[in-house]
Amino acid sequence: MNFRGPFRVRASEKPDPVILHPEDAIIKVTKSCICGSDLHLYHGEVPDTRVGMTFGHEFMGEVVDIGSGVHKLKVGDTVLVPFNIACGKCAFCKQELYGNCHESNPQASAVGGIFGYSHTAGGFDGGQAEYVRVPYADVGPTVIPEGMDPEDALLLTDVVPTGYQAAEMGGIKKGDTVVVFGAGPVGIMAAKCAWLFGAARVIVIDHLEYRLEFVRNYANCEAYNFESLGDPVLFLKKTTDWFGADVCIDAVGGDAAGSALQTITGRKLLLQAGSATALHWAINSVKKGGIVSVVGVYGPTDNLIPIGNVVNKGITIRANQASVKRLLPRLIDHVMAGRLDPKAMITHRIPLEEVADAYHIFSAKLDNCIKPILIMPSAR
Amino acid sequence: MDADPENEPTYPMKNYTGDDHKRLNWERPSQQEENIEILKSNERPSISAVFGTASPPSGLSGMIRRQAFKYSESSYAHWLPLLLADRINVVEGVIQDLTEGTIPNIFVEKGWKSDLKYNRKGLVKRVLIQTAVLGVVVLCLTQKNKRKGFSKFFF
Repeated sequence: MNFRGPFRVRASEKPDPVILHPEDAIIKVTKSCICGSDLHLYHGEVPDTRVGMTFGHEFMGEVVDIGSGVHKLKVGDTVLVPFNIACGKCAFCKQELYGNCHESNPQASAVGGIFGYSHTAGGFDGGQAEYVRVPYADVGPTVIPEGMDPEDALLLTDVVPTGYQAAEMGGIKKGDTVVVFGAGPVGIMAAKCAWLFGAARVIVIDHLEYRLEFVRNYANCEAYNFESLGDPVLFLKKTTDWFGADVCIDAVGGDAAGSALQTITGRKLLLQAGSATALHWAINSVKKGGIVSVVGVYGPTDNLIPIGNVVNKGITIRANQASVKRLLPRLIDHVMAGRLDPKAMITHRIPLEEVADAYHIFSAKLDNCIKPILIMPSAR
Repeated sequence: MDADPENEPTYPMKNYTGDDHKRLNWERPSQQEENIEILKSNERPSISAVFGTASPPSGLSGMIRRQAFKYSESSYAHWLPLLLADRINVVEGVIQDLTEGTIPNIFVEKGWKSDLKYNRKGLVKRVLIQTAVLGVVVLCLTQKNKRKGFSKFFF
């Protein structure tokens, strides 16, 4: 995969990656997802996204080479690779903030390294390729447990942990009403996971009917189309006895629809770091003293959100990139026990050579696309 | 004295160990050899132990990026020039393709082939709109040139 500019990618040959650090491994990728957050790059919304870069932060494959400092992996292992690049030694990694590593991104201090996610996230080529360099190979990559479906393992690299952490950060208590904005893969997973934390009612808001239908069945929740609600905040107030939800989750980020002002200033003119419609609604829909959990991705500049209401309502905002390594043991347990079925979200399996079509299908929401994955030549 | 050890709003995201108070004094991983140009955030004392090597800064976009990195991540003077550099980089990419003998296949790169299968109406609409816009631009330019020629001839 080779990024050529906003809305333009192609499959082309690049030199194979090599070991550049003793703790590196080279992975022969078998499957790789396109993430909703890749669309922010694809749409040209993330600063320092350079032409020629390969995207892809959700991938799995076989270890084909390791550096002299790698001891836990061996050539031939089949691994899933968390999207965070984490050293395991810095103060942040030591405290399990693996999404905030300080030794993997020279270009920014606000975010750790992420595979294939612009130079703002470290300038690493990603896994939408046949081979990828994986730094700190003893820390992130995890051997896929025997008996686990490879496509379930693939989705454990980002979607499942991010959805789970969205619910976790919501501090959901038994009996809570949880509202999830966004019925993309992360929102779907957040809705599913909200039940694991004891939610009594889960409501999902989106505007794509096919996704609402999917989440209703997959996460056994209520799902509403904001285009038919008029004012979704007012609807949510009414449906929670004029109280507000206990927890609201923003699982959309900067590509949100629903407000002309936000869309024009955030997505079209890039005057703010993406359209903050979902976060705006989350803040205004949660109860006083409630919690807003943010996993939607925004750019690094500014956004229009009602911060005055955050103060006046005493809202707690919790947000982070998912700490995949921290969550993996628990999530592997959930998947193996059948409590989570990530692969059911995959709607499209597309050869790497057709990556441009894959991006367009996902971006334009064609053919009822929910989660597309790229299949590498070696896996066909 | 009044601190409540249970009041840790970042838990369980953060398993607090006290390492924060040691600041940047952890045992660092060995340093990846820096044999390409790496732009460093000025909010860091040094580059991170590992870094990506995709697309080093080059050309006009590279010059703009170097300037941008003189400003902190808190500054518009950092991010807005980077967005500008990204757009210039797209043109540089096209020029690079052409100099390497590759004519970018915009239809394929934009994934419009999938529109033929799933979104024919949208594709037709897009082509019509873009053709109309292009037509108006060409018409405006040719009219302007005609007027210029007319002026030159008579005055």
